[in-house]
Amino acid sequence: MNLFTAFQLPIRFALALGLTLAATAPALAQTKTLRFVAHADVKILDPSFTTAYITRNFGYMVYDTLFAQDAKGQPKPQMVEKYTTSKDGRQWTFTLRPGLKFSDGSVVSAADAVASIQRWSTRDSFGPPLRAAGAEWQVLDAQTFKLQLKEPFGMVLEALAKPSGFPVLVMPERLARLPTSSPISEVIGSGPFLFKRDEWVPGNKVVFVRNPGYVPRSEPASGLAGSKKPAFDRVEWLYLPDANSSVAALQKGEVDFVEMVPPDYITPLRSDANVKLLPSSAQQGQLIMNHLYPPFNNPKVRQAVLKAVSQERFNAAMGYPLDMRMTYCATYFICGSANDTPAGSEPYRTTDLAKAKQMLSESGYKGEKVVLLVASDVPYLNALSLMALQTLRSIGMNVDGISMDWASIGARRAKREAPEAGGWNAYTTVANEFSINSPIVSTYLGAACGNSLPGWPCDKALDELRAAWISETAPAKRRLALDAFQRRAFETVPYINLGQYFPASGARKELKGVDRLWGGIPNLWVLDK
Amino acid sequence: MNYLLRRLFATLPVMAVVAVVVFLLIHLSPGDPAALIAGDLATTEDIEKLRAALGLDQPLWRQFALWLGRVLSGDLGMSIFTQVPVTKLLAQRLEPTLSIAVLTMALTVCVAVPLGTLAAHRAGSWTDRLVMLFAVLAFSVPVFLIGYLLIYTFAIRIPLFPVQGYVHLSEGVGAWLNSLALPCINLALVYIALITRMTRATVMEVLQEDYIRTARAKGLGVLAVLGHALRNAAIPIATTVGVGIALLIGGVVVTETVFAIPGIGRLVIDSVQHHDYPVIQSVLLLSAGVYVLINLLIDLSYRLFDPRIQY
Repeated sequence: MNLFTAFQLPIRFALALGLTLAATAPALAQTKTLRFVAHADVKILDPSFTTAYITRNFGYMVYDTLFAQDAKGQPKPQMVEKYTTSKDGRQWTFTLRPGLKFSDGSVVSAADAVASIQRWSTRDSFGPPLRAAGAEWQVLDAQTFKLQLKEPFGMVLEALAKPSGFPVLVMPERLARLPTSSPISEVIGSGPFLFKRDEWVPGNKVVFVRNPGYVPRSEPASGLAGSKKPAFDRVEWLYLPDANSSVAALQKGEVDFVEMVPPDYITPLRSDANVKLLPSSAQQGQLIMNHLYPPFNNPKVRQAVLKAVSQERFNAAMGYPLDMRMTYCATYFICGSANDTPAGSEPYRTTDLAKAKQMLSESGYKGEKVVLLVASDVPYLNALSLMALQTLRSIGMNVDGISMDWASIGARRAKREAPEAGGWNAYTTVANEFSINSPIVSTYLGAACGNSLPGWPCDKALDELRAAWISETAPAKRRLALDAFQRRAFETVPYINLGQYFPASGARKELKGVDRLWGGIPNLWVLDK
Repeated sequence: MNYLLRRLFATLPVMAVVAVVVFLLIHLSPGDPAALIAGDLATTEDIEKLRAALGLDQPLWRQFALWLGRVLSGDLGMSIFTQVPVTKLLAQRLEPTLSIAVLTMALTVCVAVPLGTLAAHRAGSWTDRLVMLFAVLAFSVPVFLIGYLLIYTFAIRIPLFPVQGYVHLSEGVGAWLNSLALPCINLALVYIALITRMTRATVMEVLQEDYIRTARAKGLGVLAVLGHALRNAAIPIATTVGVGIALLIGGVVVTETVFAIPGIGRLVIDSVQHHDYPVIQSVLLLSAGVYVLINLLIDLSYRLFDPRIQY
C-alpha cells in the first residue's frame, strides 16, 4: 500500500471538517447586541472609588446621575426633576423624578441621593471647596433634599454634573455609607443597563443587558443628559489586548466599535469603507516632577525644562497623524475648552534649547541626578518617557531613565523618599480633558502645601488663586481670576504640558448615532444599528 | 500502587517549595496593587488606607501564613482587584485552556506522527527534505506572526473562521470548533514541527534495528513494519506530547492574546501585570501541580508502550 494513499483518508477528513466548520457560523443571537471593544479591562466595579476611566464608563452604564452635562457642556437635571435656589445662592432644594428604581427593585430616595453625594464629596476635588463653603446636605422627604451653604458657591450644578474623575453616581444609601477605604463590589444602580455578573469574565468580557426598570427622561439624549433609553438589548464590552486583533475584528464586523484605535492603525482604517473613524476627547501628555527634592524643587529648573519641551515632537513620538495632534497648546486647561487661555504662556511658546540651557545654568543646577521613571509596557507612555529623557539630556541634565511597568511606577511615585532611596524625580502620564479643563478638576495644579498627590507641589500663591477662581461667581471676574491662576502656574510650573492630541475610536459604518457620542465617554445608549 | 503513592507523596515538598518561592518572588518584586487599584489621582494616604484594608501592610511572614492556611483549607482567596473568588476565575479559564490543549495535541499527533514516520521511511528523499523544511519553518517563525498570517488569510481574506473570541462547548460543537480552529492550528504548527522531527529521528533509529530487518525479510508490508517501529519509538514521543500538554495547560499567552481566548495564560499575565497576588499564587501553584501530575502520567504511560518496564 502506498503511503500517500494511506494518508488520503486523514487529508480528506481534515478538508471535510474544515468545510463543515466554515459552514457552521455561530447562531445569530435573537437579541440586539452591541459588541464594544473597551480601551481597558474592567477590574474595579466601584466608580466612587477610583478615577480609572474604564470604571467611570462602567458607572455610566449601570448608574444614573443627579445632573449631567449635555452636548454643549451645560449641566442639566437628570435624576432630578426640578430644583430651586435662593436669591443669595446659599440654599438649594432638589426634587427627584418619580418612579426611579434601583436594579434591586427598591425605590430611589432622597436619602440615597444625599448619601451618594456625601460619599462622592469625600473623594472628589469639588469636596474640599464645597466643605469650605459650609455645604450641608439634608433629606427633606422621600423625594426632596436640600443643600445649605454658609458661603455662596457658584459651581453647585457644575459639581453635581461633573462628567469625569468622580461623577456623582447614585447608589443605595446602605452602599454609599460603606467606608471609602476600599471599593464596593456590589453593583446596584438605576441606570440604563444592568450588569450581568454571571457572564462577567474578568480580563475578557463584561456583559450588560437593558434595564427594564430604567425610567428615561422625556428629552432626547444629548451628551450625558436626556433620555438614556438604549436601543440595544445587550451590550458586550470586550477586552482585546492585541491591537491587531481588535482592528481586524472591527474590519471583519465581529465587533461594532473599538473605543481606542492605536495610532499605527489610524491611516489604514481611513481607507476602509466599512469603518468610520471618530475623534475622541482631547488628551494631554504630562511631565510630573517631584517638588520635594532637587533639582525639581527649584522652580527655575522646572521653567528651564518647560522652555526645552517641544509639544509637537512629544505628540509626534506617540504616532498620531498630523490632523490628530496639536503643534502647540498654550493653556493648561485644554485648547478649545471653555477655560482655554494663553495667559502666562508667552515666554514658552517657542522651544529654544539654547535658552533652556542658559536658564538651567542660571537656576543653580549642579548636575544632580534625575531619576526618570520610564513606562515600558504602555506604548504611548513609553514614547512620552523617552522623549522626556532626550529633552532633559539635551539641555545638559544628568538623567537616569529607569524602565519599569506602569504598575511599578504607580507604586513608586507614591513614595516620598529621596530619589536615591527608592523615590523618583519625574515620570510622564496623560490626562483626559475632563480631568484637567478647569483649575478645580485639574488635580496636578492643586498646589496646596501638604497635599498628598505624587509630585507634592506646594505654592501658597497658586492655591489662593485657585480658591479665588472657585469662589468668584461673576463671569468676567472669573475669567480674570483664571488668567491670574494660569500666569502663576507658568511661573511655578507644577507640571509640564507635553501637548494635546485627539485619540480616535473606530465604528462599523452600519452603526447609527455615532455623531451623538460625546467627550470620549461611551454614552452607548445613543447608538443603534 | 506503592510507586504511585511514593510519587504522589514526593509532590508535597515540590509544591511546598513552589509555594514559598512564588510567594517571595511576587511579593519582593517592585509594584503595589494598592497603588494600582487606587488609580492615577490617588493620594499617598488613600494608598496607605487601601494597603491596610487589603492586609498588605502586614509582615510578609504573616501574609504567607494567612494565605497558606486558606489554601490548605481549600480557599484560594479572592482577586484583589475584581473581588471575584480565584476558584471562579480559574473555572472560567479552564474550559478554553483544556479545549486548546486537547485539540492542539490531537491535531499535532494526527499530523506529526504520520509526517515524521513518512520522513523516516523516505529518509534522504525530497519528501523527507520537504517535511524537514516545513518543520524548521514552523518551529522558527514566531507564533504571533503565524497567528497574524492565519487571521489575515483565513479570517479576513477568506472569511472561514472568526478573528477572535471563544465559544463555549455548551453553545454547540460546530461553533466551539470554529472558534478554536485558528488558535489550535497556530499552536499545533510548533508542536507538529517538534514532534515530526522527534518521530523522524526515533523511527529512523528503530528502522535500523535487527528485528525490523527480520520483519522485512519475513515479507511484512510497509505499514506493518512502520507500525512495529512506531511502537518502539513511542516513549520519547509520548514524553514530548505529555510535556506539550502541560505547557498548553500552563497557558499559551501569545496565542491567547492574539486570538483573545480567555485562558489561563492571559489570567497569569494579567495578574502579574496588576500584582494580583492571590491569583498569581494560586495559578502558579496549580500549574506546578499539573506539571507534576502529567509527569507522573507520562511515566505510567511508558508501560503501555513497553511492558518490560516495571515500577
